[in-house]
Amino acid sequence: MQTGAARFDFPGFKVLTFLCLFILYAPLLVVTVYSFNDSRSITTWGGFSLRWYVDVFTGPDSAKFQSAAFNSFSIALIAATVATAIATSAALAMVRGGRFKLRTATFGLISLPILVPEIVTAVAMLIFFNAIGFTRGYTSILIAHIAFCIPFAYLPISARMQGIEGVYEQAAMDLYAGRAQAFRRVLLPMMMPGIISGFLLAFIISLDDFIITNFVKGAGIETLPTAIFGSVKQGLRPNIMAISTMLLVFSTVIVTLSWLVSRIDRTK
Amino acid sequence: MAGGAASGGNATSEAYAPARGWLLLPTWVVLGIVVLAPIVLMLIYSFLTKEFRGGVIWEFSVDAYDQFFFDRGLFGDDAPTIQWAYIQIFWRSIWQATLATIFCLLIGFPTAYFIATRPANQRTIWVFLITIPYWVNLLIRTVSMRFILRDQGPLNDLLQWTGIVAEPLTIINTNLGVQIGLFYSYLPFMVLPLYAAIERYNFSLSEAASDLYAPRHKILTRIVLPAVKPGLIAGCILVFVPSLGSFLAPDLLGGARNFMIGSLIDEQFRGSAGNWPFGAAASMILLTLVLLVLMVLARQQARLEKGAG
Amino acid sequence: MTKQRPIAIDIQKVVKRFGDFTALKEVSVSIGDNEFFTLLGPSGCGKTTLLRMIAGFEDVTAGAIFLYDQEIAKLPPNKRPINTVFQNYALFPTMSVLENVGFGLEMQGKSRAEARRQAGEMLELVQLSQFAHRKPSQLSGGQQQRVALARALAPKPRVLLLDEPLSALDMKLRKSMQLELKHIQRETGITFIFVTHDQEEALTMSDRIAVMSAGEVQQLGTARDIYENPRNMFVADFIGDTNLLEVSVDKIENGRATCHLGGGHELTCDPVAGVDTGARVHLSVRPERLFLSSEPEEVESLRGRVVENIFIGTDITTILDLGVGPQFRVRASNSDRGNLRVFEPGQNVFVNMERGAARLLVD
Repeated sequence: MQTGAARFDFPGFKVLTFLCLFILYAPLLVVTVYSFNDSRSITTWGGFSLRWYVDVFTGPDSAKFQSAAFNSFSIALIAATVATAIATSAALAMVRGGRFKLRTATFGLISLPILVPEIVTAVAMLIFFNAIGFTRGYTSILIAHIAFCIPFAYLPISARMQGIEGVYEQAAMDLYAGRAQAFRRVLLPMMMPGIISGFLLAFIISLDDFIITNFVKGAGIETLPTAIFGSVKQGLRPNIMAISTMLLVFSTVIVTLSWLVSRIDRTK
Repeated sequence: MAGGAASGGNATSEAYAPARGWLLLPTWVVLGIVVLAPIVLMLIYSFLTKEFRGGVIWEFSVDAYDQFFFDRGLFGDDAPTIQWAYIQIFWRSIWQATLATIFCLLIGFPTAYFIATRPANQRTIWVFLITIPYWVNLLIRTVSMRFILRDQGPLNDLLQWTGIVAEPLTIINTNLGVQIGLFYSYLPFMVLPLYAAIERYNFSLSEAASDLYAPRHKILTRIVLPAVKPGLIAGCILVFVPSLGSFLAPDLLGGARNFMIGSLIDEQFRGSAGNWPFGAAASMILLTLVLLVLMVLARQQARLEKGAG
Repeated sequence: MTKQRPIAIDIQKVVKRFGDFTALKEVSVSIGDNEFFTLLGPSGCGKTTLLRMIAGFEDVTAGAIFLYDQEIAKLPPNKRPINTVFQNYALFPTMSVLENVGFGLEMQGKSRAEARRQAGEMLELVQLSQFAHRKPSQLSGGQQQRVALARALAPKPRVLLLDEPLSALDMKLRKSMQLELKHIQRETGITFIFVTHDQEEALTMSDRIAVMSAGEVQQLGTARDIYENPRNMFVADFIGDTNLLEVSVDKIENGRATCHLGGGHELTCDPVAGVDTGARVHLSVRPERLFLSSEPEEVESLRGRVVENIFIGTDITTILDLGVGPQFRVRASNSDRGNLRVFEPGQNVFVNMERGAARLLVD
């Protein structure tokens, strides 16, 4: 049915698709190339070199970037794990909990961090931590990240769970499994691709976040995005491009992983 | 089959009904306390009195909204006049977000359509290619754009080398720079939902239309577009809403003269020059605007679904 | 019950309501030990609902279900020694074939090794040993069907429920699986309750059939009984092909009922309890119980004109206009003898009816 679809293509659309990909990739490629620039200036090309990568790990800013990287990755790992657990539990109730009064309201609550502009959430959280007298720092960032990661973990998990017919759990119960065994042995393994996607998405979203982090972090603590932003404000330096390239490669690896997970699932 | 078709779904979907309160408790607690309650608190803050050096005094006041809309205040001695400065910032934001949505649509639709008309095995690779930039850190993407668009950046090098311009074009710190940044930031957000909609579209409808003498462009406008409208609306929401409140593109590519709402709000919470109630009020106005847009589009979406059913 | 056998499943006045909708209206059925029992009916008749209530996936609104004299309506599915072969098999996609078949045994408390061993034996029985370590998705539809059967049989249930298990298979495979299922049922001695909407499948396999419609059992009996003596219009129409004629009963004399159907046509047939003189009822005649001739050959015959002959391989169906009522179908087998009874369109012929071919229907 779809093979015939190409007959309804428009010749110009192919050109626009390539243009679209060019627009999306060109800036990333340019930055990657310039991260290997030997020159101190970002304008002139001084030959291939890894000096800015060395600089990231040993240069004057290395301590700052290392602690920022540690904060970013540890927060992303904890926030994504906790958010995935909360989202999985919520998805069970929302997808397999029947109809109930608070269902729509709960769905609205879960969607809130996606629907509300990030800057508004950031302001609200800043005011909140300030009002309850919570000292801003690592913990406030972590709490904020757990909260806004929940919807991003929830979406792939609930989508996956909706795709799993209830008949599998019924078959398990028919074969003498209790409710807990039916969950652990049948439903959970089938949900795994959704849970992994949800976790990876939450992880990337946490690692990516600048605006909310910038509001709730308080003084004296940086994550990679806030550290990079701070440096960029003082002028674009080649070491920023090296860090950016590393993060870019990291993101690409994560997307590829998540893509492979979804493909493995298809062959099942 | 049989009665099971009606009943089977119900029985399975209620398997976890007895435990749903416990299962939802963590979600309610975390999102209720860390997201919903703060938004309510922000609404309250927007009606408080500002404290110099940041923070608020717990005294009711409409100063924040007054300052936003009126010059010299609604309750001053002179007749109030409308304060255009802030409204202008909002207007610029709406305009920029609208333009970004249109540009994303213009290039995003053909891309999504092209991908959806590839054979199934090629499609996943195309989608994968669009997905990568979607997942790359937005800050890094914006910084890359700033690097490219600089006066001495690769784009100007190219333009001067080819002789298209003699002097470097100034793009950074202009509205054009912000527009390019917004477009670039949210382009994948347009392509993916559109692709999902077109992929689900049944191309035998196009075959039927073509069988009934419709030329290709008529098939596109009369058959395909109405069928994929939900995806179109989803894509527009995903570009428009974050563009409206965006902070990075205006800040890194726009500079002080091309303020958008995001930067205005941000400024209120930076250092002693800030004004927390005013920032909260501006956030509330932005939130109201976004919710209005979402409501209008959601109603449109609901009407579409009803029409389909 | 045809013989003196214990009752495996006794359904007593079972009612099922979904909100305002009543899916089952006081159904009572007794299914014997070691019986191949079929619930047959069009979609929406309540047959699957009844099966799911026996399995434990639906609660019973009113009434009781007994399994060998034990009331089970309140037991959860995992506490009932009853297993199900699901319509689309519901094989666990994350487990291998062997793990699937061993799952029930493991859940019954057997060790993993013991479950694997018995599952292996079960796979041998359905001739799938070489696929033990594959995932279900790597098997063909027919193989998946066998795995589903092996999985449900492995824990040795007292009753096996089969929910349209053959509907996803192609015609050839379905026919051979029908015989195989019947064979396995005989061999294991387990009571089978089979749900289908395919009347031919039901007739082929079942010891007894319950024909269901609109949440009620319309008729219960052996395949032959239901086909030859349909109790009402629904059963006559649903099972096989039939001619339904509206007739009025003129008189009942000497054990024969004389009916007329307008246009001067008159017929006699066996009377039926519940149909009295003067009643306007329907009469059912199977097309294969009729034959055509140029002169009347039986006592009972009708005059008609040939409209069309339809060749379908095994048979030739002749469509006739009797001048009154709907068109009439007569079937002759595609054989030398049968072909003698085929006439050209436009010809006037006599439709001869064997004694006992026509049957009056109660409603």
